[in-house]
Amino acid sequence: MSILVDKNTRLAVQGITGREGTFHTRQCMEYGTKVVAGVTPGKGGTVHEGVPVFNTVAEAIEKEGANATVIFVPPQFSADAIMEAITAGMPLIVCITEGVPTLDMVRVSALLARSKSRLIGPNCPGIISPGKCKIGIMPGRIFKEGNVGVISRSGTLTYEGVGQLTNRGLGQSTCIGIGGDPIIGTNFIDALQMYNSDPDTHAVVMIGEIGGTAEEEASLYIKENMKKPVIGFIAGQTAPPGRRMGHAGAIISGGKGTAAEKMAAMRSAGLHVVTSPADIGDAVVHALKGGR
Amino acid sequence: MKIHEYQAKKILAQFGVPIPRGEVASNPHEVYDIAGRLGGTVVVKAQIHAGGRGKGGGVKLAKDPSEAEAIAQQMFGMKLVTHQTGPEGRTVRRVLIEEGLRIKKEYYVGIVIDRASQRPVFMTSTEGGMDIEKVAAETPHLIHKEYIDPTAGFQAFNARRLAFGLGLTGDLLGPAAKVMFALHRAFESTDASLLEINPFLLTEDGKLIALDAKINLDDNALYRHKEYAELRDYNEEDPLEIRASRYGINYIRLDGNIGCMVNGAGLAMATMDIIKIAGGTPANFLDVGGGATAEQVRNAFQILLGDKNVKAVLINIFGGIMRCDIVASGVVEAARSMGVTVPMVVRLEGTNVERGQEILKTSGLKFTVADGMKDAAEKVVALAK
Repeated sequence: MSILVDKNTRLAVQGITGREGTFHTRQCMEYGTKVVAGVTPGKGGTVHEGVPVFNTVAEAIEKEGANATVIFVPPQFSADAIMEAITAGMPLIVCITEGVPTLDMVRVSALLARSKSRLIGPNCPGIISPGKCKIGIMPGRIFKEGNVGVISRSGTLTYEGVGQLTNRGLGQSTCIGIGGDPIIGTNFIDALQMYNSDPDTHAVVMIGEIGGTAEEEASLYIKENMKKPVIGFIAGQTAPPGRRMGHAGAIISGGKGTAAEKMAAMRSAGLHVVTSPADIGDAVVHALKGGR
Repeated sequence: MKIHEYQAKKILAQFGVPIPRGEVASNPHEVYDIAGRLGGTVVVKAQIHAGGRGKGGGVKLAKDPSEAEAIAQQMFGMKLVTHQTGPEGRTVRRVLIEEGLRIKKEYYVGIVIDRASQRPVFMTSTEGGMDIEKVAAETPHLIHKEYIDPTAGFQAFNARRLAFGLGLTGDLLGPAAKVMFALHRAFESTDASLLEINPFLLTEDGKLIALDAKINLDDNALYRHKEYAELRDYNEEDPLEIRASRYGINYIRLDGNIGCMVNGAGLAMATMDIIKIAGGTPANFLDVGGGATAEQVRNAFQILLGDKNVKAVLINIFGGIMRCDIVASGVVEAARSMGVTVPMVVRLEGTNVERGQEILKTSGLKFTVADGMKDAAEKVVALAK
């Protein structure tokens, strides 16, 4: 099994006719994802990459039965695209775009809270259930079908962790890049809850980074509820305070959000914490054998 | 984006927040004139992008224009060191001259984005003039918080509760609530990520005034605030960081000697971390971006080698959509055209990795090809020694 996306996922692509949208639609289809619709306002009725294009998300749901959407529109239009998808009742929304203004996301988050939609991102690589469905920009061939869940605030660092797992013969159930922004749709706890009740996920890798307190909150959840081993890594152990490290959300401000605090919280919650990013794969092997 | 106090106050005034009378100056003569116009005791405040200026000698009282000029004479060009500047300090290029005020009480007022509740949180505290992080850690009950629902918006009850949080009631309730509204409007309309008034004053004659002001603007929203682009003060930034930002490269200069070039912010941070674990120190954070081209690789090289402390370079690329052979060609081309002399360790992983490594090996340049992040870090640390 897997969480959120699988063989039954029918994907719409918002911004399908753009450069990024076109390229990644092709990549997702090559991986085996069922891309059933594109959405580009004003280009409804055309066909792009063999996919019917609609003016609205609602039409993509109504006419093609889309149950997930991925957003490849520029940051100034992303909040609008997400809100259109929420309003249309889209169950799963994945926003890849980096650079969405924070106050736009404040408004999105309020609408999202009153809906049944789940948002992943923005500023994320997407979600993949290896062998079944890929929604996003990650390189499909480094993934392998299996039983480890991966949740991460980063893109390429996720690939690094996944690469280590695959090299050790450990496949993944579902990998989610939750995004590097201060306000995101799906947080660590949301994902952990789903992994906890997925019988085919046997362990979870959680890759955090400096900034905010999401890892601390997730640690509390893990301590109280998690039935499966969780392996944790925090990027930015050497990051200087007060500087934004690439991601909008990766900043130590007012002395809060340091890697040291997060790692301490994770350790006290019983996670298998690795200090070196090169040790993620081995730590999972060790944890699955029942090691501490 | 950070802006100066005088710029923040100008913005606040536009939204109706009361600020002291004052003007900014860039030389001592102007200071004399401004102090004369203001009359009476004035305050001379150094304008740098860092807090803690008072303790560092960047805020001084002057009783007349001549004294103000003399103080400014000292301040201009001085390297002001505060707990936020680091030991190297910041050069003072402008000072703000303001009227002296008779202070009855000092408060704290601030708005930030609360990540956990995903909405702005407006805070007031009676502990004005103090380090608010310290207040939050030691006496959190002295901070009153209003979480602003984006659907309902900022309401009068929010403003009143914030005023009551400062003990402002009776005749002061109305004016206080009005200032809270103005501050909230300023925060929202400018797409700020932080707005802080510390201290917010009650004067002896019963006026509420923003004595200090700090505004950070959301970089991602600057596209819709073209008028604020000119507020960016390049003097406050590292020249290499400015160059990097022009190329769309995320670069932060650090104090070590191992230059790093990585794709992706998380992996770039993790690369710094593993260099430290291997016993070295990173010279920078550098995220070359997702769809890096050969040209972008060359730009990144120029920037990280612009730091003369760099003794060795670690290139760590996890090629996904970006193919390793293209990255390798870019690295070879850049290293050749720039005549790079420091040792370079390259770790490539992902799509077309074999072809990429072949390109590096047959280039005739001295690349050390690494297998995995740990190997790469150990190799580069050894070469930097």
